[in-house]
Amino acid sequence: MNEPLAAAAAPVARLIDEFHKLPGIGPKSAQRLTYYLLRQPPEAARALAQAIAELKERTVLCSQCQNVTEDDPCGVCRDERRDHSVICVVEEPLDVLAIERTRGFHGLYHVLHGVIAPMDGVGPEQLKVRELLDRVKAGGVTEVIMATNPNLEGEATALYVGRLLEPLGVKVTRLARGLPMGADLEYADDVTLARALEHRQEV
Amino acid sequence: MARAIRVYKTPAIVLRQRKLGDADKIITLYSANYGKIDAVAKGVRRPRSRLAGHVEPLSHATYLLARGRNLDIITQAETIESFQALRDDLDRLGPALYAAELLDRFTELRSENFALYRLLLDAMRRLASGGDIGAPLRFYEMALLDALGFRPELRACVTCRSRLEPVTNYWSPPAGGVVCPSCLSGETSVRPLSVSALKVLRALQDGPYAEAARIAVGPDLAERLERAMRDYVRFVLEQDVRSAAFMDAVRRSARRAAVAGRPASPTEDS
Repeated sequence: MNEPLAAAAAPVARLIDEFHKLPGIGPKSAQRLTYYLLRQPPEAARALAQAIAELKERTVLCSQCQNVTEDDPCGVCRDERRDHSVICVVEEPLDVLAIERTRGFHGLYHVLHGVIAPMDGVGPEQLKVRELLDRVKAGGVTEVIMATNPNLEGEATALYVGRLLEPLGVKVTRLARGLPMGADLEYADDVTLARALEHRQEV
Repeated sequence: MARAIRVYKTPAIVLRQRKLGDADKIITLYSANYGKIDAVAKGVRRPRSRLAGHVEPLSHATYLLARGRNLDIITQAETIESFQALRDDLDRLGPALYAAELLDRFTELRSENFALYRLLLDAMRRLASGGDIGAPLRFYEMALLDALGFRPELRACVTCRSRLEPVTNYWSPPAGGVVCPSCLSGETSVRPLSVSALKVLRALQDGPYAEAARIAVGPDLAERLERAMRDYVRFVLEQDVRSAAFMDAVRRSARRAAVAGRPASPTEDS
């Protein structure tokens, strides 16, 4: 990527370079995207440019749930029909969308923007943990659902946040673990299978 | 020409993992037969992955690996011990991750050393068994330093070589062990080392574990031993062990929870 593309005009090379910085975009994809845009009408390119510019300019973090939003507080936090006594804690903004898609949750969210990763040096102070504690301390919350990912780091985060919340007198729960749809018992790992047995339900 | 072996099987412990591309991860294993290995676990970030549950850090499993052009690929895994007890307990998770991180930082890829594999496994089992946390961790640090050729000198003063007297001596990681009071001048970055602390360190170094673990160590002494060993490890590694910060954060949260759990004093609320 460091070698200058002599055959490409400077603006073209610059865009290729920018695309290449994106995750999952290699040099060939970057070139393809750039030349695709070059062939599009000017409006299409301008629309893309504007969308990218507005992404940073017109979004903020919701002062309550820390989710990415255009208005503060966000639509979910403002919604009076939702249950304001239950907070679902997730790692990333995308997790909010995933839980919303289930249409099974009507409380509020809290986005941590990451997860405690001891071996990568990511500690609780780099996450929005303080903000969560402040929300709970402000009162009106009866239950906090820890919906971090069921892996070592997600579990560690849930345990850690749970420990901080405990003295505040709220109920702290964790998403259940079990077998995914379409799974094979034969290939399930021991931990998942043990949890699935533990939390079995009457048919 | 002998045909290269395409697949091989080994018990191993997962030290850590990092993301690769969209759905894969690179898993760092410490194996019984081949030392430290970086291997790709394909598709483990998809929800229906058969492998995902077997490649979490601190998993002990038998892995089937296929030789790849660059990195080997994990094709099958069967868990031996999942060490769930370590994952479910915040106070044990930090120490276990710290132990795993130490082995990762101290070793190079593909340098077979069964003793190191055994050391980590023993430390994890002891931590998971629910007893004391300090003894297994200190014993592990000491044994690891020993096995890697960084054994601290605990019998004689590292400067004048005379036998150490039963008085307060000084702990000096740069000097490689204990400095006696008369050689102290000129030594920087030293810490006082009490007679009882030296006794515990010697027992840890001499082993066996059961013997060293029998010595009653109060919380104050335990903390000083931890600091001494951590300083030593940091000096040898020339870098910080990141999991140590997590261990400390967990401990602070436990203390805070303990304080908050007490009947609230009326002056506290302001």
